[in-house]
Amino acid sequence: MARMKFICDAERCIECNGCVTACKAENNVPWGVNRRRVVTLNDGVAGEKSISVACMHCSDAPCMAVCPVDCFYRTDEGVVLHDKDVCIGCGYCSYACPFGAPQFPTNGEFGLRGKMDKCTFCAGGPEANGSDAENAKYGRNRLSEGKLPACAEMCSTKALLGGDGDVVADIFRTRVLNRGKGSEVWGWGTAYGKPVQTSMAAPTEVKK
Amino acid sequence: MRGLLATAVVIGAALLVGCGEKPQTLDAKAKGPDAAPWAASASSPFYAADWKGGDKAAWEAQIRTRNQGQNDYAR
Repeated sequence: MARMKFICDAERCIECNGCVTACKAENNVPWGVNRRRVVTLNDGVAGEKSISVACMHCSDAPCMAVCPVDCFYRTDEGVVLHDKDVCIGCGYCSYACPFGAPQFPTNGEFGLRGKMDKCTFCAGGPEANGSDAENAKYGRNRLSEGKLPACAEMCSTKALLGGDGDVVADIFRTRVLNRGKGSEVWGWGTAYGKPVQTSMAAPTEVKK
Repeated sequence: MRGLLATAVVIGAALLVGCGEKPQTLDAKAKGPDAAPWAASASSPFYAADWKGGDKAAWEAQIRTRNQGQNDYAR
């Protein structure tokens, strides 16, 4: 089964913010909430690098661990989603998330903090696939339409790759081998864990 | 006198109800995943052109195809 992941190729991202716009348009994201952002390092300096950041749908998601009302769940495809009917808007997840993914609408009076909103990997929420209720709360469910997230699919330079983790990793590996540089995948280790080094030594005998 | 006392007790008890605490046990749980993404839903006009809902293998093939659409070296 596919295990959905994002990769952003810093060698290709041109900071066009097309992914941000696509996400907002596709999911009717309200003012004050950006499910995806483009972060530029060393902005204005020669060699600046940009990456597109959103929820990475971590393998061991810290937001799930800290949520006091247990509103998060993970689908069989590895997409981390949450139930807005259960969320109390406490904001713990935003403190725990290493990517700053959880967002809270702040366009009300007195610093209103409503239900948390974040990237759904265009997989909607717990409501029925493609239903109006799901669309109103979480946005489009493109996965159930046989599509991948809008941000990745419309990225003009194909810097942002989204989909089956093995496939996107393979695409990225081919690129790196061809260009001979830029193998850093920022956030990959944080989100999905570092490769486990297994010892090749022969197993030691267990004393009885 | 006894009636007055009983009335006072009833009124006092009614006032103290407001000092009570509502139960705060966590009874709401996330609904969790609904239908699988390949499950057929109400015929969506947004389905990918060459894919129909309800078939897991077809869904996986469709996702694989679209994934390769992001691969410059496979075009």
